[in-house]
Amino acid sequence: MIKTDILIIGAGPTGLFTVFEAGLLKLKCHIIDALPQPGGQLSELYPKKPIYDIPGFPEVKAGQLVDNLMEQIKSFQPGFTLGERAKDIERQDDGSFIVTTDEGTKHHAPIVAIAGGLGSFEPRKPPINNIYKFENKGIHYMVKDPEKFRDKSVVIAGGGDSALDWSIYLADVASEVTLVHRRNEFRGALESVDRVKELKDIGKIKLITPAEIVDVHGEDHLESVSIRKNNNPEEDYTLETDYFIPLFGLSPKLGPIADWGLEIEKNAIKVDNTLDYQTNIPGIYAIGDVNTYPGKLKLILCGFHEATLMCQSAFAKIHPNKRNVLKYTTVGGVTGFDGTKKEAPKSVIRSID
Amino acid sequence: MDVKITIIDREGTAHTVDAPTDMAMNLMEVIRSYELAPEGTIGICGGMAMCASCQCYVQSNTELPEKEDDEEAMLAEAFFVKDNSRLSCQIPITEDLEGLKVRLAPSEE
Repeated sequence: MIKTDILIIGAGPTGLFTVFEAGLLKLKCHIIDALPQPGGQLSELYPKKPIYDIPGFPEVKAGQLVDNLMEQIKSFQPGFTLGERAKDIERQDDGSFIVTTDEGTKHHAPIVAIAGGLGSFEPRKPPINNIYKFENKGIHYMVKDPEKFRDKSVVIAGGGDSALDWSIYLADVASEVTLVHRRNEFRGALESVDRVKELKDIGKIKLITPAEIVDVHGEDHLESVSIRKNNNPEEDYTLETDYFIPLFGLSPKLGPIADWGLEIEKNAIKVDNTLDYQTNIPGIYAIGDVNTYPGKLKLILCGFHEATLMCQSAFAKIHPNKRNVLKYTTVGGVTGFDGTKKEAPKSVIRSID
Repeated sequence: MDVKITIIDREGTAHTVDAPTDMAMNLMEVIRSYELAPEGTIGICGGMAMCASCQCYVQSNTELPEKEDDEEAMLAEAFFVKDNSRLSCQIPITEDLEGLKVRLAPSEE
């Protein structure tokens, strides 16, 4: 069981900055995120895009902002549970919470801060009848263990980097790789596109474009897929395959958090914006893009502000009898949990003879 | 100056709305400002052509700006795409849009 003071759900900019504000109050944090790396949508969707409305940064690339935040919070030694999605929450008799991920990792904390942004990123599933019937029975939305496909036939659909990269990788593992894409053009790193062309020319990848998978068939396990060429139903044909891997990128879903008993409005969690961004469940806060209140703006800078106020409230809950006044970092510096201390250099008082 | 645009929502109801040409808005933002689709189901990526939640079908002969590569690429991976599909976040509101009629594509889930 992982124990911490503030359990943060979501490793986007708001979640990361929470670690800093909590650290100044000597509260420890642990972060859960469904993605394998920190940064949330900044890392996943647009790491190279410049952002112009972070105070003090006339221009900063999203990926750079995440790197800076990671550097800023490093000395507060946050824990991370990455690549796992927060699934269940149980309130304990003492008012604390146990949050369990989809992989079964348990986290115990008196305070939960949901900084889940748009939700957890999940694979986009193509609208094919029966696709749910074969999930994990021949249809996989991500490749976790490539060995699973050794000497099997695989159909991959999609036109981006992951479809290209996995086609290249599995060409050496699977007995047969068929890549199906709706366009003749692929969007990916140039070397990946070139490599797929080479593998196609030597017959290691079968390329079918423009085409899409329109149906899936089988008894208990996937046995074949229907391929529609040129958007023309008359050209439909069936291809036998052991596996079908649709790779259409990720899209955010609020997911299991929607079932935690929190008040939801417009796909976001309602919070008390007059005070501390607490939800209707005491001890659970929602900050950043995931929350809503009158006048809400989904901006990173607003998330930073919300995180700061939330940490003050969390401190008062964890230490009801401790007095606390705001300390400026210019005065108190920053003392990390790793023993490091950053502070302004002291001025020297000396007479000049 | 405003232009009149007709938007058919996902339930099939048509709404003719005034869209401002002087607010640097795009069509997705106009749809959101009139709340013609629930928050969180449209414009999820914020208008960067990185999701297809604002996909619409163009039903009038209005002349629209050409698709850029980002939009083409996203539409190549979106679902329910037709020949007249566009990402509404990539259509800036200009005077040329007077009389535009679009229908919102279904949500992905």
